[in-house]
Amino acid sequence: MIYLRLFWEFFKTGLFAVGGGMATLPFLYDISDRTGWFTHAQLADMVAVSESTPGPIGVNMATYVGFLTGGVGGAAVATLGLITPSIIVILIVSAFLAKFRSSKYVNGAFYGLRPASTAMILAALVLVVKATFLPASGTAFDWRLPVLAAVLLALTNAVPQTKKLHPIVFILGSAVVGVALGLAQ
Amino acid sequence: MKQLLILFLTFAKVGVMTFGGGYAMLPILQREIVENKGWATEEELADYFAIGQCTPGVIAVNTATFIGRKRYGVAGGIVATLGVVFPSLIIISLLAGVITQFSEIVWVKNAFAGIRVCVCVLIANAVWKLGKKSVIDKWTAGIFLVVAAAAIGTSWSPVVFVLFAGVCGIVLQVLLKKGGAAK
Repeated sequence: MIYLRLFWEFFKTGLFAVGGGMATLPFLYDISDRTGWFTHAQLADMVAVSESTPGPIGVNMATYVGFLTGGVGGAAVATLGLITPSIIVILIVSAFLAKFRSSKYVNGAFYGLRPASTAMILAALVLVVKATFLPASGTAFDWRLPVLAAVLLALTNAVPQTKKLHPIVFILGSAVVGVALGLAQ
Repeated sequence: MKQLLILFLTFAKVGVMTFGGGYAMLPILQREIVENKGWATEEELADYFAIGQCTPGVIAVNTATFIGRKRYGVAGGIVATLGVVFPSLIIISLLAGVITQFSEIVWVKNAFAGIRVCVCVLIANAVWKLGKKSVIDKWTAGIFLVVAAAAIGTSWSPVVFVLFAGVCGIVLQVLLKKGGAAK
């Protein structure tokens, strides 16, 4: 029963991904490896689409994976799976808000969780970088890709006029560069 | 019933207007929820947001559940959350279908080859930003390095790392009083 499995996989993702939308990425790689429902290349595309469309990234990525795996029904089930733990946890936390905020155990746990979450996103980044920059077997390394990456890194971090722009600007710009230079060849 | 519908539609609007992650949602929540509807104060919103960041799940979803529950109890929490994800469901389902169909066309392939480079940069920027906030002393640096090495070098489930890091954090808190109150 694909819907049940989708729900369960995204329930786990929603329960254990701490730190926002990107934190779901390592879980999506894990799902890809174990189930083969979608490829690593598709995941990179999903991140781009999720960043450039309305809605929270984490929700968009779950919807996208669900759709690829089980059509519109799959999209709905994956999204519901992702948000169910959030609803349960937040309803409980909001009932004990003051206690939760001052609990030393809760604060201690998150003191450890935040760097771990960052480290897991870094590991996901390594996979995306490999899929993006390493040439397919039999083709030469394409030096235009790291040049584009360096330009984008500068524009998003160092150039004051552009670094505050929304990510969608850079995604669309990169798409135009990709078409103009024929980057997939 | 009508009130729940308004709650749903308001959060659907917030969902449509949010591009990107949870942080992109904050100014929109401030305008819609605090200024237009008066459903929460600036301070409450900041609180919900802070807790939404450090509880499991997508920040935007967590914040919506908080505000919905405050407004109309458990039903409100569920309705607000469904509202915030509703636009994603429609838009992504439409787009995913289109992209899958057109993925073999040459210019689409070229466009995505460029886009993937951009995705790498965006994720790298996210890691840098999160890192500055989460790797704050030698202990968090240690957890970061251990988990990064294990996550890159093994195919263990992320759940293992989450549990490991949570336990480390609690032990450090108990032994060394690490991890102050949430801000």
